Amino acid sequence: MEKLRATGRFLRYSPRKSLFDRRLNPNSENSIPNSASGYGHGFGEQCRDFQLYNDHNRKRNVQTCFGFYGHQGKTARDCIEKGLLEDTRRIQHRCFGSLAEKVQRDPSFSTLSSDDISYFKGILGEKNVVQDEERLAIANTDWMHKYKGSSKLLLQPQTTEEVSQILKYCNSRSLAVVPQGGNTGLVGGSVPVFDEVVINMSLMNNVISFDKVSGILVCEAGCILENLITFLDNQGFIMPLDLGAKGSCQIGGNISTNAGGLRLVRYGSLHGTVLGLEVVLANGDILDMLGTLRKDNTGYDLKHLFIGSEGSLGIVTKVSILTPPKLFSVNVAFLACQDYFSCQKLLVEAKGKLGEILSAFEFLDSKALDLVLNHLDGVRNPLPPTIHNFYVLIETTGSDETYDRQKLEAFLLHAMEGGLISDGVLAQDMNQASAFWYLREGVPEALMKAGAVYKYDLSLPVEKMYDLVDEMRTRLGDSANVVGYGHLGDGNLHLNISTPQYDDRTLAQIEPFVYEWTSAHRGSISAEHGLGLMKANKIFYSKPTATVKLMTSIKKMLDPKGILNPYKVLPHSIDSHS
Amino acid sequence: MKIMVAIKRVVDYAVKIRVKSDKSGVETQNVKMSMNPFCEIALEEALRIKESGLASEVVAVSMGLKQCVDTLRTGLAMGADRAIHVETSGPLYPLSVAKLLRALVDLEKPGLLILGKQAIDDDCNQTGQMVAGLLNWPQGTFASKVVLDKEKQVVTVDREVDGGLETLCLDLPAVITTDLRLNQPRYATLPNIMKAKSKVIKKFTPQDLNVEIKSDIEEVQVTEPPKRKAGVIVSSVDELIDKLRNEAHVI
Ligand SMILES: Cc1cc2nc3c(=O)[nH]c(=O)nc-3n(C[C@H](O)[C@H](O)[C@H](O)COP(=O)(O)OP(=O)(O)OC[C@H]3O[C@@H](n4cnc5c(N)ncnc54)[C@H](O)[C@@H]3O)c2cc1C
Repeated sequence: MEKLRATGRFLRYSPRKSLFDRRLNPNSENSIPNSASGYGHGFGEQCRDFQLYNDHNRKRNVQTCFGFYGHQGKTARDCIEKGLLEDTRRIQHRCFGSLAEKVQRDPSFSTLSSDDISYFKGILGEKNVVQDEERLAIANTDWMHKYKGSSKLLLQPQTTEEVSQILKYCNSRSLAVVPQGGNTGLVGGSVPVFDEVVINMSLMNNVISFDKVSGILVCEAGCILENLITFLDNQGFIMPLDLGAKGSCQIGGNISTNAGGLRLVRYGSLHGTVLGLEVVLANGDILDMLGTLRKDNTGYDLKHLFIGSEGSLGIVTKVSILTPPKLFSVNVAFLACQDYFSCQKLLVEAKGKLGEILSAFEFLDSKALDLVLNHLDGVRNPLPPTIHNFYVLIETTGSDETYDRQKLEAFLLHAMEGGLISDGVLAQDMNQASAFWYLREGVPEALMKAGAVYKYDLSLPVEKMYDLVDEMRTRLGDSANVVGYGHLGDGNLHLNISTPQYDDRTLAQIEPFVYEWTSAHRGSISAEHGLGLMKANKIFYSKPTATVKLMTSIKKMLDPKGILNPYKVLPHSIDSHS
Repeated sequence: MKIMVAIKRVVDYAVKIRVKSDKSGVETQNVKMSMNPFCEIALEEALRIKESGLASEVVAVSMGLKQCVDTLRTGLAMGADRAIHVETSGPLYPLSVAKLLRALVDLEKPGLLILGKQAIDDDCNQTGQMVAGLLNWPQGTFASKVVLDKEKQVVTVDREVDGGLETLCLDLPAVITTDLRLNQPRYATLPNIMKAKSKVIKKFTPQDLNVEIKSDIEEVQVTEPPKRKAGVIVSSVDELIDKLRNEAHVI
């Protein structure tokens, strides 16, 4: 399933040993009492209690997926690879009871009938109408194993017309649907809440065209990000976005969540790089906005509505995206800083002194690095084991190896002399670069292995960002491991709180505090992951009521019956009751 | 005792190799070049021996185009004390490299010469053996463990051979070539990169060393391996048997 890091990013020649370990999470049967939640109207306004729900906690077996990577090469190049890959790739799944506030199933939705199944088989053929329990179990469960739906049907359209026919039918029958890409979303948006029909996009995975002169790629929404990266690599181009989930996530999913990722600091957001979309609306209408023009000011630029709307307004079927040329001179440095202030100053200096070649500026605190070192196989601390409080990863991408290297080295040495960096390493080859990246990209995976995790993806003014982590540590004391990491270059903090298991007292300590704090500092409670189910009711912390109302009207207009990804993105009260 | 380590600059291990359209060789234009991974291991071993007090100096040497200096800088940043670059142009085959190495050994008189067992670009696996022959030194190839005894002036080498380990005891001076599992090379830290800037890289030409670069080998053609055909999912056992019998001809 998750094939995170399917290529590259393998560590050095350390043969990783363990195959896969099974760990059953001691998941309690106790239901979690009402989660504390609330929302304020506008910024800084007082929060009031929102609807409280009973939680239903489930106990399931741990499922372990693993893939085999066989290599039979004879050359030294192959042997090295073999040493790296000899093991089976271990992916461990653990299950937690759902922490989602309990939502009522919207009674206006129909339930599936055998006629529906026959109809879908008529459009898609037997094979692409999936009722197999194992496959449904995977589609019903999110990446964190935190949210679980109970859909009985998964559809796999192969063309836009098929998507259109499916939606037209579902709309007429009032059958709710969930568009699903790679199912790597982190906010419970990609899995059904109840029995919604899953529309899985993975068979729409063709590249339609690529223009080598302009760098414009047109492809279907189900293309896996990493496959597009590989495709473009052969053409001498790269995707303008990259993220840890690249081996599984799809471009349609990336666009629907407006994923940010690791290169945003250089190439900007998808609102800038996506040139066009083809979208199927709830009633089956196909919107052709698949332009391949860099400039087109004719009326409202509607594609932007679908970038980041998390499948709630339409299903993205095709994408046209501007891709930058691949520059071969890439350097990666992994640095240690004594305090957060130094990280910030380093960012300012890097922007000024590395300028056009800076392509990533990521940070993690020592707790995050410890998690990676303790929970992932084959990793090692590239720095001597002195205690450093913060680590920064800087990547440069340019076209002149000697020039870029000199520039970066000069910058780093200067920063070291000035005391901003207390130690650091500079990758000497691509494997080392991958190993450094893995320390940063491996944090979510390490957190998953460490136990339960409460994830918050926040945009905050850079200078305030880490105060929240410190405050959270004070609040939670020894009861939890609070880690901070993220895209410092974009002012995006991933605040993650790791505990042995989910429990409501911890949650009550975190929420609504974290949302109130963010709101008070005029931050965003969802920087790049979206709202999904997790934060649908929290939108008011970051958006004024008038704005949310307009969003709701747009939703009503495009999807009057609300069949597209219900219970997600917009607050349940306005969404279903007004 | 001085240790000499041979270092080769190759197309980075992680780069997808492309063959030039005229099949005259591998594309190296605008391609990331790095230190051969086996050479990194060789250098790491030399540095560990020095750090344990059994050697006084580590000298990194490389032959080839002028950009080899960048790779030597990496070696210096890892911790080599100084470096020697023998600048050549055009193709260089193992015998020539072995002759250049012998000349450098004559000059520097190291107690140990460590090389990678092979380079990941041409996969020759010849240089270590050839230079040991030219020097008339004992050789321990494919080393997975190296233990130096300074008193007795011997080095014990474990070699990975088919189905087990072979342990050799060599009199010094000796030649060692390194296998993958010998050690895990260190990273270049910023303080060491800084220090490396003031370390010396001495230049030679083959003429300086009285070595004539010639080859009796002519590279005729380089071709890519055949592309793997995509797999198919068969719909029935009958179809599978039919395909195995009539297409794959294996049953
Ligand atoms: C290890 C890891 C690292 C991550 N790192 C980052 C990161 O650095 N930056 C970042 O922004 N995010 C990150 N994410 C989360 C990120 O949102 C997702 O990885 C990705 O963008 C979602 O793509 P997907 O194909 O998996 O979509 P899914 O998870 O399947 O779906 C996500 C949402 O989009 C909708 N959707 C999916 N496909 C379509 C479609 N074709 N049309 C309409 N709606 C659709 C779904 O209904 C759902 O609401 C990470 C996740 C993981 C597991």
